[in-house]
Amino acid sequence: MPISKKPTTGPLLQVTGLNIATKDRSLVRDFNLTMDRGERVGLIGESGSGKSMTTTALMGLLPPGVNATGSVRLAGRDEDLVTASDRQMCRIRGNDMTMVFQEPLTALNPLMKVGPQVAEVMLKHKTVSGRREARDKAVQLLASVKLPDPAEAAKAYPHQLSGGQRQRVMLAMALANDPELLLCDEPTTALDVTVQRQVLDLILESVQLRGTGLLFITHDLSVVANVCDRVLVMNRGIVVEEGSTEEVFTRPQHPYTRGLLAASDLDASDENGRLFTVASAAAYVPPSIQDVLSTVPPSVLRLKTSASAAEESRTGGAGVDERPPSSGRRHGSELDVQPNDGGPAVSTGQEAATEPIISVNNLVRTYERGRTSLFKKPGEVNALRGISFDVHAGQRFGVVGESGSGKSTLLRILAGLDQPSAGSVRVAGNEVAGARESQLIELRRELQIVFQDPMGSLNPRMRVEDIIAEPLLAPGKRVNNALQRRQVREMLAAVDLPADSAERFPHQFSGGQRQRISIARALICRPRVLVADEPVSALDVSVRAQVLNLLSDLVDQYQLTLVFVSHDLGVVRHICDNVVVMRSGEIVESGSTEQIYERPQHEYTRTLVGATMSLRAEMAAREAALQH
Amino acid sequence: MVVRLLVNLSRFIVTFFAATVAVFLLMRAIPGDPAQIALGVNASPELLEETRRQLGTDRPLPVQYVDWVTGLPQGNFGVSFVTRQDISPMIADRVQVSLILVMLSMVVALLIAIPFGTLAAVRHRQPSGVLISAMSQLGVAIPGFLAGILLVVVFAVGLGWLPSNGWTPPGEDFGDFLRRLVLPVAALASVQGAILTRYVRSAVLEVMSEDYLRTARAKGLGPLEALVRHGLRNASIPVLTVTSVQLAALIVGAVVVERVFVIPGLGSMLLDAVGNRDMLTVQSVVMVLVAITLIINLVVDLLYTVLDPRIRKKA
Amino acid sequence: MSQSTDIASPPGEPDAVVRRPLRRLSATLAVGTTIVVIVVLAALISLFWTPYDPVKAFPAERLQGSSALHLMGTDKFGRDVFSGILYGARITLMVGLISVGIAVVVGTPLGILAGMRGGATEEITMRGADILLAFPALLLAIMFGAVFGASTTTAMVAIGIGSIPGFARVARSGTLQVMSTEYVLAARASSQSAFRIARRHVLPNIAGMVVVQCSVTFALAVLAEAALSFLGLGTPPPVPSWGRMLQESQQFLGTFPMLVVWPGAAIAVAVLGFNLLGDGLRDRFDPKLNGER
Repeated sequence: MPISKKPTTGPLLQVTGLNIATKDRSLVRDFNLTMDRGERVGLIGESGSGKSMTTTALMGLLPPGVNATGSVRLAGRDEDLVTASDRQMCRIRGNDMTMVFQEPLTALNPLMKVGPQVAEVMLKHKTVSGRREARDKAVQLLASVKLPDPAEAAKAYPHQLSGGQRQRVMLAMALANDPELLLCDEPTTALDVTVQRQVLDLILESVQLRGTGLLFITHDLSVVANVCDRVLVMNRGIVVEEGSTEEVFTRPQHPYTRGLLAASDLDASDENGRLFTVASAAAYVPPSIQDVLSTVPPSVLRLKTSASAAEESRTGGAGVDERPPSSGRRHGSELDVQPNDGGPAVSTGQEAATEPIISVNNLVRTYERGRTSLFKKPGEVNALRGISFDVHAGQRFGVVGESGSGKSTLLRILAGLDQPSAGSVRVAGNEVAGARESQLIELRRELQIVFQDPMGSLNPRMRVEDIIAEPLLAPGKRVNNALQRRQVREMLAAVDLPADSAERFPHQFSGGQRQRISIARALICRPRVLVADEPVSALDVSVRAQVLNLLSDLVDQYQLTLVFVSHDLGVVRHICDNVVVMRSGEIVESGSTEQIYERPQHEYTRTLVGATMSLRAEMAAREAALQH
Repeated sequence: MVVRLLVNLSRFIVTFFAATVAVFLLMRAIPGDPAQIALGVNASPELLEETRRQLGTDRPLPVQYVDWVTGLPQGNFGVSFVTRQDISPMIADRVQVSLILVMLSMVVALLIAIPFGTLAAVRHRQPSGVLISAMSQLGVAIPGFLAGILLVVVFAVGLGWLPSNGWTPPGEDFGDFLRRLVLPVAALASVQGAILTRYVRSAVLEVMSEDYLRTARAKGLGPLEALVRHGLRNASIPVLTVTSVQLAALIVGAVVVERVFVIPGLGSMLLDAVGNRDMLTVQSVVMVLVAITLIINLVVDLLYTVLDPRIRKKA
Repeated sequence: MSQSTDIASPPGEPDAVVRRPLRRLSATLAVGTTIVVIVVLAALISLFWTPYDPVKAFPAERLQGSSALHLMGTDKFGRDVFSGILYGARITLMVGLISVGIAVVVGTPLGILAGMRGGATEEITMRGADILLAFPALLLAIMFGAVFGASTTTAMVAIGIGSIPGFARVARSGTLQVMSTEYVLAARASSQSAFRIARRHVLPNIAGMVVVQCSVTFALAVLAEAALSFLGLGTPPPVPSWGRMLQESQQFLGTFPMLVVWPGAAIAVAVLGFNLLGDGLRDRFDPKLNGER
């Protein structure tokens, strides 16, 4: 039931020949888009594609030095938005056309309560009669985006809300004046998986209810699969493909789109059983809707379509599931399955006979928080609350959890970078608990880490050779220069980087290449265990598949035991054979990957499976929704 | 918040007493016998002995320290070794003069810095903004006493509009008090204003690139409206930090300007005492200056909690 | 597997970022460097040559204006002002170098230590810095002057000590940032010693910030020395220093204002030079430490 404020005919948004450029560089070339009222359009592109610039230009908020030409028409407005004055644009922004940004942490004014921030947009456009009405309406809006206790939430400062809650506030602000067009720029990228699902559902529900047009910008194909009717694929400033979601996803015309799809589809593999990459995409056959429906397990599809409903019925309102940043955990008592209360280690492997290479027993880690009151004891954060598991040699072991699950703490303890408060951790025969620095040297020779952030995990002031060779310099090792150089060359070849990379500095490499350097560093002293901490979550989709394939190859080649830590069940499912699901410092479920994915037992695992974005599952869910 | 206040208060006390120890050791452990200094080299041993007893310097240093330090919180600084006068009333007098000068200068400096700094940030790509930046850069490079001298050259010697130096207490002749205050305040405030302008500019520039300002623009607020309603309060937090640091610097910087304008403030008192090698007075004035600095830090920290809700909740 | 054909954007090119006008030599840096070079040259020249002996008085030629013989005229004792300015540059630079040297050598390691060790080490170091911070360099120098007598050395040492907290704080905050990066985590995960982490990771990455602090502190030291000499607590006569030249000429304000202007301008230009240099360098080394673009 579209509620249109200004009944006019013609399309909602008409962009013709939009060009965006700086003085010496073209950012977007000849962008055309016609959107009808209530239509939902996805704009897909990787970093550097110009997708964000395009939306910024539509809002008339291009940074100084960047100019747009062409024409942008919005229904009910006479002026061309490209040439309109800022004063005219101010009347349109926040009223006819609104926007939700990517980073909810910084998009709200930290010194202003969120209620007034929502009210402001209504007062500014005089869509309410006065402050009192604005305040009341703001609370209603916060209720409509399903914030628990909206009246209280209105009085909160942004830092008192979780990331997902802040994004809901942003959405409330964007919807306050019933805009014709809502622009969303990667609105869920910074959020946890389950929260992402909730916010996506909320956006979809809100625009459907109000008949708002939606332009959804994302790098993630699976996100748009279930949200948008139509998609545009952008690469290096040019729209390379446009069409209905089904058309583009099942019958892509442009090689770039095909490459992107191939790399996103973790359910497909080439003749060697490896993931498709952009390079091998020619052999990729996009699945038809029938294929999709047959490959996605019905159990998963059920979880997907009922995910949000189940979530809400369980917690009595969305958003409750998210914890504010600083509070302790609240959900422990709800967990009915406690497989690890000091009991025997969870058996995850088939080869129970052999001695496990990693053995974690009843591991506890608590941090003390700063005092907030003189008379109360300082609070404690229970990062790990007694977890146990074994990893056997040669296993590919996944650890899945969202932020706050304790997976990072676990990883640090495994590498001897942090000490457990209680319990024991043995890695290749070395005990971590109570070990001194000198005793950990042996352990670290056996276990190395690949880190998440391809920018931050390499020292910008060191040459690649010195970065990769660093583990060779561990105490007790003496390596001469020639040997070091040879070993570095060997590792560079192993990770498919040219030999002359050794002389260069990290900033001369792309994200995927940097991650290769990181892998080379981890493997140079031939550890037996490789711990990968979200190694692909900061990478573009097209690069992700390459790095995953490489990791997979190297694990085989060097006969490594892999511990793969990730928030993304989809990726873990592809690369791991066993998995533990963590939440609030506990393991809620463990087992073989397929078992966890297709027959999740625990409530939380089910939510996680339902929320995990996979291309095929999203397409299937969309199809299922259409058939109903 | 209470915890934060108590933590800061205890830090204040610890820092203050650590400073007293440092100052006492520096001023008293190293130089020679104060009685000898007061009386000169030709004094007879009996007179020296007598003087030492009068000054209390015949007692062991720790006793002297405790005696001095316990007097401080009550504003009892002891008797000068040189002038044999009670130091406290003089300090009380001089503190007033210095505080009037410094506080007034800081207020004027902020009145200059906030509008100009904001303007320089908003127009940082335009000639006017660049001009303000260049002017402030120049102002920072001029020492306060030089600014004072130049002002005297122009307004006192050249134009004869204002007296070139001196001080009249406000109670005596308020008009004259103001007239004599103009040039020293202008000297201190112009330099300080230039320094703060630069900080205000960079704080506002920083805020202008924040996401929440973009959000405000996306709501339909105009550029200036967005900055005023969402930016300035955020920008005020780093500016407050700098102001507190600069206030401490200003208190000491005023020492030199007091010299130029012959103003009977703490600075002149300190320099006179240094000239006379009157160690007890030096250490007392120094402690007063340190105490003022520390109190400013304490007050500023309280202001943070008022300004920033994120601090209120945390310890 | 083929070569790493990342089809993503060329390295280091984020979406939606307008690049700052970068890497071209900024005007700030150029002007700052030029001024500093001029001051250094003046000091170097004065080592070998000055038009006249800057210390020697020629009562017959006192208080002359600018002329071909005396570029900047002469002072009340008939000394050549230009020679004094050249010589003064030496004092200024020496004070700046020594005091910044003291501050950087003591403050930086302390800051790194505090940032890397944390705990009690950090608490003690930073509280110590707080105490020292309550004594601005100028106040410290006045106290030192009172105790040890006025001299260039006293001034240098006092200004140096007074500048330690600034370096300790900058080094500590930089170190904390570096220590929280994943490359340090990676180094620790391969058992690198603390010393090696400090040398290979921390120091190179905070060097930029420390250099900027050096430049800014240098400017402050020049100002402090001028103020001290003006008060008669800095460089004692007859050695010419800009601050004292100012003070000695104060009495001729009405009659020979240029006598005040020359040393005043010298101070202002030198300070401006070091400030501009610091600003230029700050833009160069991104202070946020994450920027390598």
